[in-house]
Amino acid sequence: MHAPDGFVNAPTSIAAGVVAAAGIAVCLRKAREELDDRTAPLAGLVAVYVFAAQMLNFPVAGGTSGHLLGGTLAAVLVGPFTGALCVSVVLLVQAVLFADGGLTALGLNISTMALATVLIGYPLARFLLRVRIPLAVSSGIAAGVSVVGASLTFVLFYALGGTTEVALGTVTAAMVGVHALIGIGEGLITALTVGAIAATRPDLIHLNRSLAPTPVEV
Amino acid sequence: MRTRNLLIGLLLVSLLFAGVVSFYASGSPDGLEKVSEDHGISAQAEDHALDDSPLADYGVKGVENPRLSGGLAGIVGVGVTFVLASTVIALTRFRRGPRSRAHE
Repeated sequence: MHAPDGFVNAPTSIAAGVVAAAGIAVCLRKAREELDDRTAPLAGLVAVYVFAAQMLNFPVAGGTSGHLLGGTLAAVLVGPFTGALCVSVVLLVQAVLFADGGLTALGLNISTMALATVLIGYPLARFLLRVRIPLAVSSGIAAGVSVVGASLTFVLFYALGGTTEVALGTVTAAMVGVHALIGIGEGLITALTVGAIAATRPDLIHLNRSLAPTPVEV
Repeated sequence: MRTRNLLIGLLLVSLLFAGVVSFYASGSPDGLEKVSEDHGISAQAEDHALDDSPLADYGVKGVENPRLSGGLAGIVGVGVTFVLASTVIALTRFRRGPRSRAHE
C-alpha cells in the first residue's frame, strides 16, 4: 500500500506529513511507558520482522498481490505506541533505501500503514481478547480489519487532494474490495506469528500484559 | 524459552524471509498499485527521487543474479531496520532520566 509521489497534491502531502509527525511525536513520548529491559530488545526485532514480512507479497485475486502491513501485529506484541514507531521506521527505510514509497508521500504512508492500522487494530484486538476470543484469533481478526481501515484512510487523503478525478465511490469500492482479500492474508500471518510467540513466551506479549491484573514476572 | 533465544529466533526468521523467501514473493502489483492502474489514480504519479540508488527496488546495483541481488538487499534492509529501530527505542527510553514503568 506504499503510495508513490504524485498521487495526492502538495497541500495534502503536507497535511499528511503533519499528521504523521504529530503521531510519531506522541508515540515517542508514550512508548517508554510500554517498554522495559525485557521488551525493548523485542521492539527492535519486531520492526525487523515487519520489514522482512513486508517483502513477502502473496497473490490475491486477479493478478494482484498483497503484503503484511504489520501495525496490529507490532502493537499487540510491543504496545500501540512502540508498534507504530516500529512500522514508521520500516516505512522510512523502505522509502529512503529501497525507493519504495515516495519521499513526499512518506507522511501519507505513515498515516495509513503505521498510524491507522494501529489505531484500528489495537483497540479491536484488545476488545476481542476481553470478550474471551483467544489472543491469536483476536489479533488476526483485528489485523485483517485494520488493513481495510488503512485502505479507507488512503481514500480519505485521496478525497482531500487526489491529483486525479476518479469518482470516490469507485475508488472506495475498489480499495475496500481488494484490501478485504489482502486483510485475510494479514490476519493469517498475524495470527500465526502471535500464536507462535504466545506458545513460547506469552508473558512478553504487550496485549497479555496490559490486560493482566498484575504484570507477570518470570 | 529464554528471551534471548526468542529474539535470536525472530532475527533468523527475518533473515530467512528477507534473504531467501522474498525471491519467491509475488511480483504482481499490490492492492493500491492495481487499483491505481485500473482506475487512473496513478496518472500523475512521479518516479521515485531515489530510483537510481544502489538498493532501489530491493536489488543491489551491479549484482546480476536476481536471487543474490534481492537476498542481499533484504539482508541489508534487516540490518538497517534493526539499527534504526533499536536507536529510536533507546532514545524514547533514555530521553528523560532513567527508565521506569513503575509510575504507570
